[in-house]
Amino acid sequence: MVNMIRDRQTLLLFAGILALLVVATLIGQIMRWRRRSDVVDNLNARIRAWWVMSAVFAISLLTGGLGSVILFGLLSFFALREFITLTPTRPADHSALFWVFFIILPLQYYLVATQWYGFFSVLIPVYAFLFIPSRIAISGDPNAFLERSSKIQWGLMVCVYCVSHVPALLMLEIPGYAGKNARLLFFLVVIVQLSDVLQYVWGKLLGKHKISPVISPSKTWEGFIGGTVSATLIGTALWRTTPFTMWQTMGMAFIITIMGFLGGLTMSAIKRDSGVKDWGSSIQGHGGVLDRIDSICFAGPIFFHLTRYFFT
Amino acid sequence: MRRVVAKGVVGLARILAGGNVRRVGFTPDDRQRIYFVNHTSHLDFVLVWAALPPRLRTMTRPVAARDYWDKPGLRRYLGVKVFNAVLVERKPTAGSPNAVDVLLDGLGEKHSLIIFPEGTRGDGATIAPFKSGLYRLGKARPDVDLIPSYINNVNRVLPKGEFVPVPMLASVSFGEPMHVGEGEDKNAFLDRARNAILELRQW
Repeated sequence: MVNMIRDRQTLLLFAGILALLVVATLIGQIMRWRRRSDVVDNLNARIRAWWVMSAVFAISLLTGGLGSVILFGLLSFFALREFITLTPTRPADHSALFWVFFIILPLQYYLVATQWYGFFSVLIPVYAFLFIPSRIAISGDPNAFLERSSKIQWGLMVCVYCVSHVPALLMLEIPGYAGKNARLLFFLVVIVQLSDVLQYVWGKLLGKHKISPVISPSKTWEGFIGGTVSATLIGTALWRTTPFTMWQTMGMAFIITIMGFLGGLTMSAIKRDSGVKDWGSSIQGHGGVLDRIDSICFAGPIFFHLTRYFFT
Repeated sequence: MRRVVAKGVVGLARILAGGNVRRVGFTPDDRQRIYFVNHTSHLDFVLVWAALPPRLRTMTRPVAARDYWDKPGLRRYLGVKVFNAVLVERKPTAGSPNAVDVLLDGLGEKHSLIIFPEGTRGDGATIAPFKSGLYRLGKARPDVDLIPSYINNVNRVLPKGEFVPVPMLASVSFGEPMHVGEGEDKNAFLDRARNAILELRQW
């Protein structure tokens, strides 16, 4: 799965991200110089974290594949750890959880690395789905049985199965695009994250009408529309780096932003249900890992399957 | 070598339980301390130990049950060599030395201790009444700060009766230093100490 992406086009993509980060950092510093507040401090903390996240992502892409498999495997691990921490499991779930973290998760990413699509696509929805309740039943604690099994299954689906579709983009065989798949990964991640950022920015600038105040007080129609439109346009501008035509790229970018939005909203609903604001505190200013990748969880598999169905 | 192993153990603890540490009116420094902690898992002292700045780890000795940690192989190596644990008998026999004397000996002139005054592992939800050792230590060494410490969620990382841990975010909170008051009664002090841990729960 060697993806030679050290060509001119890819370097331009990286240069674009670098320019964005520089501009964001400058704006953040100017805002801080004009008037310090908690919002500005949080913004600067987020920007600093973006530098680190972009660097990690860039390095993982430059390894030509394996690096991204490892990176997203680790992200799955930390996201699932956050998810299970907030899930009320019981001592009888211990063994099932051990399997989930140390057998199923690594196996899923092993299948991505070896590009075994058939097994990759059924390991969690079929085998793990049946295994988890069976293992819990063997442990013999019937209290809230269905709730416990389904919450663990759900965590595994979202944090591992869905996220693993991002590096799985590397296994798609698109005619005339061999060895360039890492750019698809770049395309997906950049649009999802830009869409998040732009929705936040538009929301802060113009936001008035809340979409779902109980579930996510910061999501507004103005932010959603502004963010979706601008992220879709930026995505469309990248169409020469994709295997799609310009209009197809626009459609893909639009679907990615919509799925990203739905992912963020759904994961917020779970957080509200558990009575927390963030999944964790491991990324300065952003919350936990799952707070950062919630939108990728939903956009990843859909982008993967649309590309696989229509372009391979 | 021991340092490398210690770093590895701390790293492993972070991967499993995260590195969440809260300090509520506690500043880590070179003074001798007795950290008293609620007990929920065999991993408790590793987590408390990992929550301290590296400089203080080498001077801080966990107090651990001899019958569990003094087994040949990995446990003894980790317990005695890496963590430099003070081992105590859980079921004292006629000839065994007094537990408090063993602890005072382990404390010496430069070490700190991590102790679990409940004496046994709880379920993580409740905190059992304290044994009197903490009071006697505080009386014998009024110069040493007693630090209430609350450990949360480690019982889910490695519950009682399980052998393999699972990842789960845990946290360690250190509270304000306390001492046995002038003429303070044993039960009054033990209650106060236990409440200090309960209070850390809300952080």
